Amino acid sequence: MDFTFTDDQLAFREAISRFLMTEAAPEMLREIWETDAGRSPDLRNKIAAQGLTALSIPEEDGGLGMDDVAWALMTQELGYYAIPDSLADTAYVAVGLLRALEPGHRARAELLPRIAEGSLRLAIGHPVNPLVGDAQLAEVLILTHGDEIHLVPRAQVDVQGERSIDASRRLGRVSWQPSAATLVASGEQGRALQAHLLDRGALSVAGQLLGLAQRMLDLAVDYVAQRKQFGKPIGSFQAVKHHLADVARHIEQAKPVLYRAAHGLARGDGSASLWVSQARLACCEASWIAARKGIQVHGAMGYTWEVDLQMFMKRAWALDSSWGDRGVHKSRVGDFLFADGTRLGPGHTFED
Amino acid sequence: MQLTYTPKQQAFRAEVRAWLADNLPREPLASYDTREGFEQHRAWEAKLFDSRWSMVMWPAELGGRGCDLIEWLIFEEEYYGAGAPMRVNQNGQLLLGPTLMEFGTQEQKQRFLPRMAASLDMWAQGWSEPNAGSDMAAITSKAVREGDHYVINGQKTWSTRAIFADWLFGLFRSEPGSTRHHGLSFLMVPLDAPGVSIRPIKALNGKDAFAEVFFDDVRVPLGNLIGAEGQGWQVAMATAGFERGLLLRSPARFQHTARKLVELFKAEQQAVERDPGLRDAVLECWMGAEAYALSAYHTVGRLARGETIGAESSINKIIWSELDLKMHETAMRLLGASGELRDGEAAGWLEGFLFAQSGPIYAGTNEIQRNIIAERMLGLPK
Repeated sequence: MDFTFTDDQLAFREAISRFLMTEAAPEMLREIWETDAGRSPDLRNKIAAQGLTALSIPEEDGGLGMDDVAWALMTQELGYYAIPDSLADTAYVAVGLLRALEPGHRARAELLPRIAEGSLRLAIGHPVNPLVGDAQLAEVLILTHGDEIHLVPRAQVDVQGERSIDASRRLGRVSWQPSAATLVASGEQGRALQAHLLDRGALSVAGQLLGLAQRMLDLAVDYVAQRKQFGKPIGSFQAVKHHLADVARHIEQAKPVLYRAAHGLARGDGSASLWVSQARLACCEASWIAARKGIQVHGAMGYTWEVDLQMFMKRAWALDSSWGDRGVHKSRVGDFLFADGTRLGPGHTFED
Repeated sequence: MQLTYTPKQQAFRAEVRAWLADNLPREPLASYDTREGFEQHRAWEAKLFDSRWSMVMWPAELGGRGCDLIEWLIFEEEYYGAGAPMRVNQNGQLLLGPTLMEFGTQEQKQRFLPRMAASLDMWAQGWSEPNAGSDMAAITSKAVREGDHYVINGQKTWSTRAIFADWLFGLFRSEPGSTRHHGLSFLMVPLDAPGVSIRPIKALNGKDAFAEVFFDDVRVPLGNLIGAEGQGWQVAMATAGFERGLLLRSPARFQHTARKLVELFKAEQQAVERDPGLRDAVLECWMGAEAYALSAYHTVGRLARGETIGAESSINKIIWSELDLKMHETAMRLLGASGELRDGEAAGWLEGFLFAQSGPIYAGTNEIQRNIIAERMLGLPK
């Protein structure tokens, strides 16, 4: 029993965080989001050069061979710096799917090395998401049809764009025709892979929401320390302090829930889906509280376009229902909790 | 990250479980807020101590087993999971005990710790005074050094179960003219000493759950001082840290309550039909208890890696106290009109509901904890 990260995992997170701090500053993200594509190939290439797109590609395919546990840290950084959807969807969620295919599989052999080098942008459709993030921009889409999974070139789908309140989102309604040529998996394997997609997608969002919560807390702390009223920083008033202490409490409470879920996914534990949903709910809660308290302590400034808080707040609101809204995840927890014969109580926390 | 138990840890769990199965009291003990219940709990604690289950993390020479924190968590899970009695001497064992280990002399450790582990000595706290609650540095009770004794005068209050206890530990102003957190000393006082008088305070449940303690020229030997004279604040802060930290409220008892809450939910389906929101409330409670358990394992792992926990212990305190309240509020809602009844099957929920009201208040109010989080963790100005 060791509920901690290795020095390697922590060091890699630290390196990525330092890198994104300079390369993905809010003013730059704002510029990128104003563009039609909403994406910067330059930033993407730099991120790939840091090894992030190769993080969980197996070493024999040119990657770093890290697992979900490392992503539990990395997705927090992606959230903290509001890096758009397709990076985590490609480098984490899609890689998870491709890795689950048999070793000689054509799609696996073709796509993994390209993801590792950072030259491939994937988008993922799933029945739980009515719209597909980055569908317009992706080179290849992972799409589901019944119990099947298809890999579909962008040219074979029609995408009708939808605007999100989160200016970094590029959502699309996708129409397409499944064919034998695009089919990757079906039947039991297809269903299992779809379930894994959902778990990884949901965990990816959970980590990002937690990172967003931390960013909003940090922004709020900075603001209340410098904003003065009644002759002193408003952060010295208890009403303000207690708002932010509550945010810190919800973030800290959610972290281990996220980490246990990531560990369960990495091991392929049967309870992993249940743990992912618990993580999602804890992280959703933390990020919405961070947004609510964050805007409150910013006062009227928090309601402006100008203050950066809005970027992270809107992303937190938008991601809340991505890869399963709270109802989806509560249902999964409830199905377990209220079933007959479920083993509950002390000592069963890590039981698979 | 490795979230499975080793064979040794599994064997330890089995050993605890087997012992509890053979030794748990057949009938529930009376409330430890009554004299009768207090003595029943003392006897149970003695039984625990005889088999070295009282303080599993203490070294063998003090009656423990030298367990690490993971084994302690396992012990707690088995203990509360089996529905074993609440621990009556935790003020001594969990607050003073670690303080003595850190600041006590060899003589003090030998003299006090084994008797504390066996609950031969029951301990009460002497922190608060009528005008020193959240503002603990406002303490005015005095300890004046006269030869080889301190002479104590003043008053302490909110001292849990002090009318039944044998000893009290607390802070007293030993440096005349000192103010705030300077000039305080940490002393241990036998409650049968001449000049000590104790007046019970009836708590919400109608029982003498705490007390005021008056000191009128009470003479205490210099050997009852813990740490250096005048350094009591530093010693006490370490104790307050232990209290808010993991030890006092391990997750297992809340997980046990959460399990009972799910059972209650299943039994009270008519209430759920009338108020469908109860399903959500139960789900949130259970997830909260699990999250607290996960947080404990995470903290233990970080401690094992050599990290220290600081203001996070304030987060812990808020988590468990608010969770306990929410679980009992949910239970009362499930029970509906029978929730108010003082006898019968559901009375345990009522008793727990009343006690849960105190959680956000004792051991440093949650407002004080939020100040600590904001100032020490987030760095906000005072």
